[in-house]
Amino acid sequence: MPSVCFYFQVHQPFRVKKYRYFDIGKDHDYFNEKGDNDLNNEKIMKKVARKSYLPTNQVLLDLLEEEPEFKISFSFSGVALEQMEKYAPEVIDSFQKLVDTGRVEILAETYYHSLAFLYSKEEFRKQVELHEKKINEIFDYQPKIFRGTELSYSNDLAEEVEDMGYEGILTEGVDRILGWRSPNFLYSPKGSDIALFLKNYKLSDDIAFRFSSKGWKEHPLTAPKFARWVSAINGNGEVVNLFMDYETFGEHQWESTGIFNFLRSLPSEILKHPDNNFLTLREAVERYDRVAELDIPYFISWADSERDLSAWIGNPMQRDMLNKLYDLEEDVLRTGDEKLIDKWRKLQTSDHFYYICTKTLSDGTVHNYFSPYESPYEAFISYANALNDFRLEIKNKAKKAEA
Amino acid sequence: MENIKVLMFGWELPPENSGGLGVACLGLSKKLNQKGVDITFVVPRKTEAMKNNFFNLLSADINYKEIEVKSSLSPYLSPQKYKSILREEKDIYGKTLFEEVSRYRKCARKIALFENFDVIHAHDWLSFGAGVEAKKITGKPLIAHVHATEFDRGGGTGVDERVYRREKEGLEMADKIIAVSNYTKNIIVEKYGIPETKVEVAYNGVDLKEKPAGKKILEAFQEAGYKIVLFVGRLTIQKGPDYFLQAARKVLDHSDDVIFVVAGSGDMEEQIIRQASELGISDKVLFPGFIRGKDLHSLYKSADLFIMPSVSEPFGLTPLESLINGTPVLVSKQSGVSEVLTHALKVDFWDVEEMANKILSTLNHDCLKTCLSENGKKEVGGITWDFAADKCISVYKSLMK
Repeated sequence: MPSVCFYFQVHQPFRVKKYRYFDIGKDHDYFNEKGDNDLNNEKIMKKVARKSYLPTNQVLLDLLEEEPEFKISFSFSGVALEQMEKYAPEVIDSFQKLVDTGRVEILAETYYHSLAFLYSKEEFRKQVELHEKKINEIFDYQPKIFRGTELSYSNDLAEEVEDMGYEGILTEGVDRILGWRSPNFLYSPKGSDIALFLKNYKLSDDIAFRFSSKGWKEHPLTAPKFARWVSAINGNGEVVNLFMDYETFGEHQWESTGIFNFLRSLPSEILKHPDNNFLTLREAVERYDRVAELDIPYFISWADSERDLSAWIGNPMQRDMLNKLYDLEEDVLRTGDEKLIDKWRKLQTSDHFYYICTKTLSDGTVHNYFSPYESPYEAFISYANALNDFRLEIKNKAKKAEA
Repeated sequence: MENIKVLMFGWELPPENSGGLGVACLGLSKKLNQKGVDITFVVPRKTEAMKNNFFNLLSADINYKEIEVKSSLSPYLSPQKYKSILREEKDIYGKTLFEEVSRYRKCARKIALFENFDVIHAHDWLSFGAGVEAKKITGKPLIAHVHATEFDRGGGTGVDERVYRREKEGLEMADKIIAVSNYTKNIIVEKYGIPETKVEVAYNGVDLKEKPAGKKILEAFQEAGYKIVLFVGRLTIQKGPDYFLQAARKVLDHSDDVIFVVAGSGDMEEQIIRQASELGISDKVLFPGFIRGKDLHSLYKSADLFIMPSVSEPFGLTPLESLINGTPVLVSKQSGVSEVLTHALKVDFWDVEEMANKILSTLNHDCLKTCLSENGKKEVGGITWDFAADKCISVYKSLMK
């Protein structure tokens, strides 16, 4: 002990193109930007595939072949997989190769990377089901551990997920909830028996956010140094949950920062200490006991310093859009039109609301970095106009059906 | 350490202003004074109102002197306009604006010899000449502070060569230049051939407080369900009122219940009124003329969206006034203020289609309006003169070494 549990999130939203008021009623495609800008989903997928997914997959494949002890977990959003199939099918192949080693776990999540659980449990279950189907199709794999969008989590979600048959769930190791407790153990959610994994945000963010930060006193971060920090947990922890965006490798942290070399040498450095090992989350559930129950009645997440849902539902624009979107549920489903239903669901992807976030202060820069729009107001205008168009489309469809 | 002593050349102080320059000079000087800088402020002409205002604003214990040079300068005068004023006024010294500038320049020599100071700080082209003379005669370092250039005033229609020459001389003679925005810095570098490293940026601050509104205006329109979109500014090419009307036309193509208010006067007034009728929107455009004081605050408050479509705006104070009054703003990207405001809608002045898109989107979504106005109002509260004053002080110190 401790066991290192790597989980990488693979996600790309269908970004809404610049959609003007005048386009309402005329243009029903929101995700088909073709220009040379960051709203062009095809361009982004191809870029991230080249800079991050393909080279990192190669590093991981080599590691899995060289280190029989090395294991990792992935979670793929359905919308990311869909875009890979469409724009970069070779990425799917390379992920399949990883999964074929038998030492790569895949987690369950909502196909559309949505916050549906907050608005409609039926819709939430449907999206998890769709995701499972997709994972099965592509990887012939049955997930057993669930990840809420952006590590969103509450007692209620854990209960729902247990009811759906999952054995574990992930969230952020939020200080105000943990208090004196350590994130380096398995817990159980209040009201259910599944395992609760908590992200070790300090060690995770050392890689994901601080790796290339010259102002950080630990810069440059080397694999032996990081392995020492992991080993230091020996005796007072059983799992070290390193959860991060997969795009950390090559996209957020460019190749020139040395991130690939770091990753390449990290497993062997960690395994130099005889008590350390790697586990998938599912294996960790079997190996370790839950040390205590955690009561988390209000939603938390891994975002921003607040570690709550304010990045997505914190301002009136975000709440207005989400309410209007989910108000359409009944009407959309009643059309029975697969394409319309899919479009409605693509509008649910959490990123759309993240781009509309207006929190500034310390987190503003992070939001700016992750947003393809000039400002949250630009993001809102395009989204609000597209949603208006979509509402009209549904109305017209219903009218036609009546006639 | 002894206080830094600055000989400052300006040309007006509130309330004698036809623009924001006097306000900016006063705001900056006041803050510099608080930070321990002694200023001798020179203006070409002093009026009673200016004197009162001035000394009321500054307490008696600060070492702040004002020296008057007889002149009839006003910062936004074009040479043509100056001639027309000449005909009307009798208390005039020179025959042309440029003669007045020369006279101010000559007086500066005397002042520089009598006064005790460490650095010279001159605001905009009319006082650059004075600053240059003061430098020549004393050898003290000169800072040229640019609030506007001839390229802004011309709004892309060409520049007065005589003004440009004087601006360029001042910029070249200066040891350091302070620009009110990166937008202005770029103009200085590109159009005047000044090395980038010589230009520092110091954003203007504001000293705005929400004031009680006067009598309600446009109430009848609001009650009838109209939304109100507002323009406030001089009706000149620089301020882009014509783009405002073009955007209005596009908005009205999609939405009937919007009223557009053009508040201001200027040499484009007739043209703008004509344009409104040519576009067929005279019934939806109001021209209340030049509005100030309480009525202006009421006007801001009654509007749903304020627009500053300037073709070229070194900084731009009106959007901040609007936000203080709780009205969200859309500003042109060709402005300095767009660099400091994050909670504002932004658009290229010529992109009237996008302007209309943003107007319609704002009028149709109350939540957008609310977020823009609440966050924007907070943001304006943080735009103070501290930043500009600190920047000036660091420039002074770098030149005194």
